[in-house]
Amino acid sequence: MQNKLHLSTERVAYARRLAEKIAAPVARFIDGHSSVTVERATLRLAGADGANSDGVPVPNLVVDQVRAADPSYLEDGVLLRYVNALVKSGGTVAELNAKIAAGLDVTSFPLGDRAIVERKAAELVDRAAERIRDKRARREAMRSEWEGANNDPLLYLIVATGNIYEDVKQATAAAEQGADVIAVIRTTAQSLLDYVPYGATTEGFGGTYATQENFRIMRAALDEVAERQKRYILLTNYASGLCMPEIAAMGALERLDMMLNDSMYGILFRDINMYRTFVDQKFSRMINASAGIIINTGEDNYLTTSDAWEKAYTVLASQLLNERFGFQAGLPARLLGLGHAYEMDPSIKNGFLFELAQAQMAREIFPEHPLKYMPPTKFMSGDIFKGLAMNTMFNFVSKATGQGIHLLGMLTEAIHTPFMMDRFLAVDNAKYVMNNMAGFADDIEFKEGGIVMTRAREVLDRTIEFLEEVGELGLFDAIERGLFAEVKRPKDGGKGFEGLIKKGPAYWNPFEERLERELGISGAKGGN
Amino acid sequence: MRVVRPYGDTLDDGKVQLSFTLPVPDGAKGREAARKLVLSWGFKDCEVAHSHPLSADFSFYVAYGKTEVPIDYDSVVADEAESDGSMDMDGVNDFIREHIGRKVVIVGACTGFDAHTVGIDAIMNMKGYNHHFGLERYPMVEAYNLGAQVPNEKLIEFAGKVKADAILVSQVVTQKDVHLKNLAELVELLEARGERRNYVLVAGGPRIGNKLAVELGYDVGFGKGSYADHVASFVVRKMVERQRS
Ligand code: B12
Repeated sequence: MQNKLHLSTERVAYARRLAEKIAAPVARFIDGHSSVTVERATLRLAGADGANSDGVPVPNLVVDQVRAADPSYLEDGVLLRYVNALVKSGGTVAELNAKIAAGLDVTSFPLGDRAIVERKAAELVDRAAERIRDKRARREAMRSEWEGANNDPLLYLIVATGNIYEDVKQATAAAEQGADVIAVIRTTAQSLLDYVPYGATTEGFGGTYATQENFRIMRAALDEVAERQKRYILLTNYASGLCMPEIAAMGALERLDMMLNDSMYGILFRDINMYRTFVDQKFSRMINASAGIIINTGEDNYLTTSDAWEKAYTVLASQLLNERFGFQAGLPARLLGLGHAYEMDPSIKNGFLFELAQAQMAREIFPEHPLKYMPPTKFMSGDIFKGLAMNTMFNFVSKATGQGIHLLGMLTEAIHTPFMMDRFLAVDNAKYVMNNMAGFADDIEFKEGGIVMTRAREVLDRTIEFLEEVGELGLFDAIERGLFAEVKRPKDGGKGFEGLIKKGPAYWNPFEERLERELGISGAKGGN
Repeated sequence: MRVVRPYGDTLDDGKVQLSFTLPVPDGAKGREAARKLVLSWGFKDCEVAHSHPLSADFSFYVAYGKTEVPIDYDSVVADEAESDGSMDMDGVNDFIREHIGRKVVIVGACTGFDAHTVGIDAIMNMKGYNHHFGLERYPMVEAYNLGAQVPNEKLIEFAGKVKADAILVSQVVTQKDVHLKNLAELVELLEARGERRNYVLVAGGPRIGNKLAVELGYDVGFGKGSYADHVASFVVRKMVERQRS
């Protein structure tokens, strides 16, 4: 899409440099640390799976055993003890998992010959890499077989019944109605669980548990519809909360296509410890990058939490930071679904023009990124008719500015999780609007000094001021002082802090090393 | 007695607009099923204005019905906390100075796993909402907003520590009635500690009605469109009422 706002390329480049400067010290911190969930994600990639009779997942059992044996053991990385147990017990990974679920303690085996353990681990690393590569190839094959069949932007719908089997019905119907992307919303509070539940689930509040089995069930169902529709249906879940990297690992193994994954969302909106989040997001993003999974970042949350007109700059600031943290983890621009949203108070005069300006600005500053555009939610009310009108305006802006991933607004947003007919009305509206004005983006230019151009420049300027301020303080302090989203998060506060692990001199994680090599990024060891 | 019915374009025509989904394929049979269903709900006639397939097995209907069922409007009692008689911010502060003579301490949180802060912020934060300042702005109120995802135990402990006069609880997520469980638990915990009477207990959220809140053991419940002035007016009046009794 051609540039219409005539934003200063130097100013944009300067903003990127500011983000880079802000993220650099954080990267140094990240590379010196792991966390319980990074370790569990590593175990999952190695094949650790299943749960004991109390529902405690095998990866948690292993990390807990190793930590209980000696808290300093985790500084070496958990994989050592797991693979050692695998070698010593002499069976398969599945057999070892079953024994662990039945009560076997992996630390009960004395550490054996390191070379044998490393050889075994290398095998597991290869196996995981191969599986992820296969899944990726399958996706690419299907997408190219049905190339051009998807909508542009991709139409994205959520299901959230709490019951995976019910979700399948809703998702199937949504795909048949024209959705390209199905997101299974997670149950309330899963983000605060420091484990990923096991197996298929039928009970959730406001959403459905993200479990590997649920991923598998939904993947199979969507592939079936895709075959019928001759259109690839993308599956989305949430690599966020206290188990970011584990969910990324599960998604990589089960061919999810997108993951909600933000570098700061957990800190600001779920009160998860900042150090923990930064460490977790990186490993999760490395896995996503390797699996070709598009991440969706959560900038919309800044706008629902604060005033969308006033705080527009926080979105651009966050996009730039998310982009930088993404690059650090090896995600290329085409996998960075940076978020933003149409959330201004509908009573604002010319609000539509401001929204248009900001969406266009995001498009021009992030030209290769599949931007994820979120619909109005906060000002949706019980007046569903007004709501439908607001969604129409939103659909228009999205198409007029070439967004990549279009989350459909629900006319009943303020009332309940969507009914089947609500989704239909949303798809129908989007298709009508987007067809009716398909050539608009190409035909239209903006007036120099007009409302749209002026707004975009103001937001960019304000973003730069803000990033300068954050840069001066440093990101950790800036978050502690409440510069983001108007919440203050103490550095050592928040959930999950106790799960942070300082990497010891002997820290060993061949999965991480493999990912670093594959993605061409530097980590604690790979960088020097 | 004042009898009323829905109004389409003529008094008492009883016209109602409906839309719904049926788990059957779209088509003549589906439309007839929709029509008969609407009639079976007591409507006198029904026109299925629109139908559309949602998938192979589901279909969507827009229908108009006509009802003859009236209601005696005079007999209706509203389930909303009295907001008509509420004072504005200055009024509340004057009232506190005159009748209480010290700052009123108010603690608020969105409890359980509910992460929605915007509602409780609208009531408590300086800025307030929709041109109604929040409680933090009230000179005679000492307001503590604990944010979201606050466990009930923690809220009670904090309220005890700052000697709160009132506890405000926000609940936005209502799926599977989690809000009921959460709200009831707070009352039970307070009662178990013998502290229920220490506080004016206020529930709020878009799905919270006054009747529901009172049934659950709260002093009052506030739903959509409530503001800090409503809440503050209720709290201070209740405090004075309790002092007197
Ligand atoms: C913004 C938002 C979010 C943001 C919240 C950001 C934040 N910092 O708060 C985020 C993205 C985090 C979010 C998450 C979720 N959300 Co949400 N969210 C909304 C949304 C769009 C707006 C809510 C809002 O801010 N309204 C504005 C405020 C001012 O209004 P209010 O809360 O009603 O408050 C007023 C009154 O109710 C009252 N009030 C409220 N509290 C109190 C307390 C007291 C004491 C008093 C006196 C008065 C009072 O006064 C306020 C001012 O008038 C609504 C949809 C909608 N349009 O309503 C969905 C909605 C509330 N969310 C919903 C859901 C399901 C979720 C999730 C569970 C989704 C998921 N599965 O992940 C998660 C929840 C996670 C969790 N642990 O809680 C559902 C709830 C359905 C239900 N009835 O159970 C809704 C209705 C959307 C939908 N249709 O599905 N959400």
